[in-house]
Amino acid sequence: MPPLHRLAPPLRCLRLANSTFQRSAFPRPTPPAFFRAHQPRGQHTEAAPTTSASSVDHSPQSQPDRPQSKITYTADSYPNLKRDSRFKEVTADDVAFFREVLGSDNAIIDGVTKDASDDLEAFNSDWMKKYRGQCKVVLKPDTTEQVSRILKYCNENLLPVNPQGGNTGLVGGSVPVFDEVVLNLSRMNSIHSFDEVSGILVADAGVILQAADDHVAEKGYIFPLDLGAKGSCQIGGNVATNAGGLRLLRYGSMHGNILGLEAVLPDGTIVDDLCTLRKNNTGYDLKQLFIGGEGSIGIITKISILCPQRSPAVNVAYFGLSSYAKVQQAFREAKIQLSEILSAFELMDSQSQALYARASGARLPLESPHPFYCLIETSGSNTDHDSEKLTTFLEHVMGEEIVADGVVADNESQLQSLWACREGISEASQHFGGVYKYDLSIPLPDLYSLVEECRERFQSNGLMSDTDESKPVFDVVGYGHMGDSNLHLNVAVRRYEKEVEKALEPWVYEWVAQRKGSISAEHGLGLAKKEFIQYSRSETMVGLMKQLKKVYDPNGIMNPYKYI
Amino acid sequence: MSGLRILVPVKRVIDYAVKPRVNKAQTAVETQGVKHSMNPFDELSIEEAVRLRERKHPVEDILAFSAGPAKSQDILRTAMAMGADRALHVVEEKTDLEPLGVAKLLKQVVEQEKRNLVILGKQSIDDDAAQTGQMLAGLLGWSQATQASKVELEGEMVTVTKEVDGGVETVRAKLPMVITTDLRLNEPRYASLPNIMKAKKKPLEKKTLADYGGELGKRLKTLKVMEPPARQGGGKVEDVDGLIGKLKELGAL
Repeated sequence: MPPLHRLAPPLRCLRLANSTFQRSAFPRPTPPAFFRAHQPRGQHTEAAPTTSASSVDHSPQSQPDRPQSKITYTADSYPNLKRDSRFKEVTADDVAFFREVLGSDNAIIDGVTKDASDDLEAFNSDWMKKYRGQCKVVLKPDTTEQVSRILKYCNENLLPVNPQGGNTGLVGGSVPVFDEVVLNLSRMNSIHSFDEVSGILVADAGVILQAADDHVAEKGYIFPLDLGAKGSCQIGGNVATNAGGLRLLRYGSMHGNILGLEAVLPDGTIVDDLCTLRKNNTGYDLKQLFIGGEGSIGIITKISILCPQRSPAVNVAYFGLSSYAKVQQAFREAKIQLSEILSAFELMDSQSQALYARASGARLPLESPHPFYCLIETSGSNTDHDSEKLTTFLEHVMGEEIVADGVVADNESQLQSLWACREGISEASQHFGGVYKYDLSIPLPDLYSLVEECRERFQSNGLMSDTDESKPVFDVVGYGHMGDSNLHLNVAVRRYEKEVEKALEPWVYEWVAQRKGSISAEHGLGLAKKEFIQYSRSETMVGLMKQLKKVYDPNGIMNPYKYI
Repeated sequence: MSGLRILVPVKRVIDYAVKPRVNKAQTAVETQGVKHSMNPFDELSIEEAVRLRERKHPVEDILAFSAGPAKSQDILRTAMAMGADRALHVVEEKTDLEPLGVAKLLKQVVEQEKRNLVILGKQSIDDDAAQTGQMLAGLLGWSQATQASKVELEGEMVTVTKEVDGGVETVRAKLPMVITTDLRLNEPRYASLPNIMKAKKKPLEKKTLADYGGELGKRLKTLKVMEPPARQGGGKVEDVDGLIGKLKELGAL
């Protein structure tokens, strides 16, 4: 749709110029809506049941229009997984108990005593249309006490439980595999307090990320996490999966920003560690077990989080560079010269940008092609100060020939278009059929070699061509959060074929393990990466994890079949 | 014919994506510490002037012009980074210029600088007056084409496609001419780093209102500036019965 796109940026100028009254002052740039809109396309988005075939690294808000009932059951795509026979099936008596606890008809979707399959679908399948469970009952408690009573009951009766937030995960952790009871936290969505002096927010787990960010934005603060799914994901789920996202370089991970939380253990114990202190050196820091625990030992019901000051001055620059060595040099210089105002350093290779341009019809910011591109964002408190720093930095990297060419966003619409070049890649990668996606942490010096070697692999085995329709692989692209040593390796394919998968796995995981990287940097384990944990964690570590799981969830009812 | 000598007036405005806030005295919008950038329509004007040159039309000179506070220099530099050859800045910190005043100012600039084509945004997004171009054409007695979505040049004849409600209108006139730009005219380029560096060396001339006779004072007085009424928050209903009850209560059913 090139013609429409050409019209779109100026159109947006006008529309926004008139509607800014409804908008927050510094909207996070997202790929333009017109690009998202034409992404999902029939069978193309159908993801094969492989470990890494997926679509977006931070899950978009668009909903593919394919009917959900056509998705293969997870149980069928993972034939090795068997329902744990210890678990009881939900009966009408159980439903009656849940109904009594919840006290409202709106808080329960009952597929046991009647047919509610349509209502249940949304809770059974994930947005990628890749996983589909068979749960019969969805519970939506609105107090911690209700969560506690439900878990206690399920634990005693050996009913498995699948905790669920906004259901925007990428590894199948948020949907049931078989008939687990879905415990959805969407009704626990109150913001309890926000301290304007310290910036500490205390809120229920079911608060939507966007709502939390809007709430603190009014007071001049920023939620330290930002990702594409912000309009649907819940902060409890963000904490439970230790979500990474776009602000990690600047504000750090959930492990550092979460000051305290309230959680419920499978036996109904309410763990009240809703601390609002930055310093608290008294004993084991047990809340960390829930952060990134993916609901395997308990359900997070409330969090307290430290929010940093929102930066009023934001600048974005986009560079073309001649080699990966130059990219590293530019990153080094950016850290030296921009130091405290540097808020993002993103890497994109030329293939990823070509793919983005081809899929979206967008014009790339630089006229001539370069092997690598970087996007730098600065945010600070004083525009003049930041611009001066940025200008000095730009003159330096141009003068030293570290970067070959570059542009700077002069206004908000350009800023958003530049960000779209980075954020649009994940959707562009599945535009031509599908994508095998790997979210990896790799030490910086080696970061990009994986992409090169992967490309060579497909060139030598003859599976790749950007013109020959008979070849399954379209292109191999690499991009990611350079600042966090986080690479997204995407293999864009025309269709999912076993041969492609065999060429990739376990080769990618072995490659990463040899360099002491991580096979899942920010997406978590869930169901998709469960069996690959040994590539990133030693036997001892996995053993310790299993011990912990046994201590807190002896019956194994919490989010079974996943994680470890 | 001799070459095109283009004048492109640009204005520094609050960035379109920033939510404007009314000041406490309700006399104006708060501009302190707010992100500013070039009026989006003016970016289109600069882009079109540069494209005329790139399409091998005989463009002799592109002059970017702005009247306003010292900070306006930033956008003049941007204009030069995009391809304008030089810039003229009438520095005025206090007076908020009105369209007629600006048009009179531009008329003098056109005459002194011997311009034969003026391309300007159809409106600025801060006061939305959409008057300057028309007034300038009137004062100069030149042809004008407003809301241009396409500009074609052949010798001294200019053909302009204009956006009108529900369609387009094509007009033709002879130079000299005033053209105002609309959104679909082009897609402005980014200022590239090498060009930003080059723009620093391009000439930027500073003048004051006094250099132009200074008779550009305000005729209009702003009585009050107000925010649009806040949206009334909605209420939540528990279920369908609750919704029907509420609708009945409000007399909608």
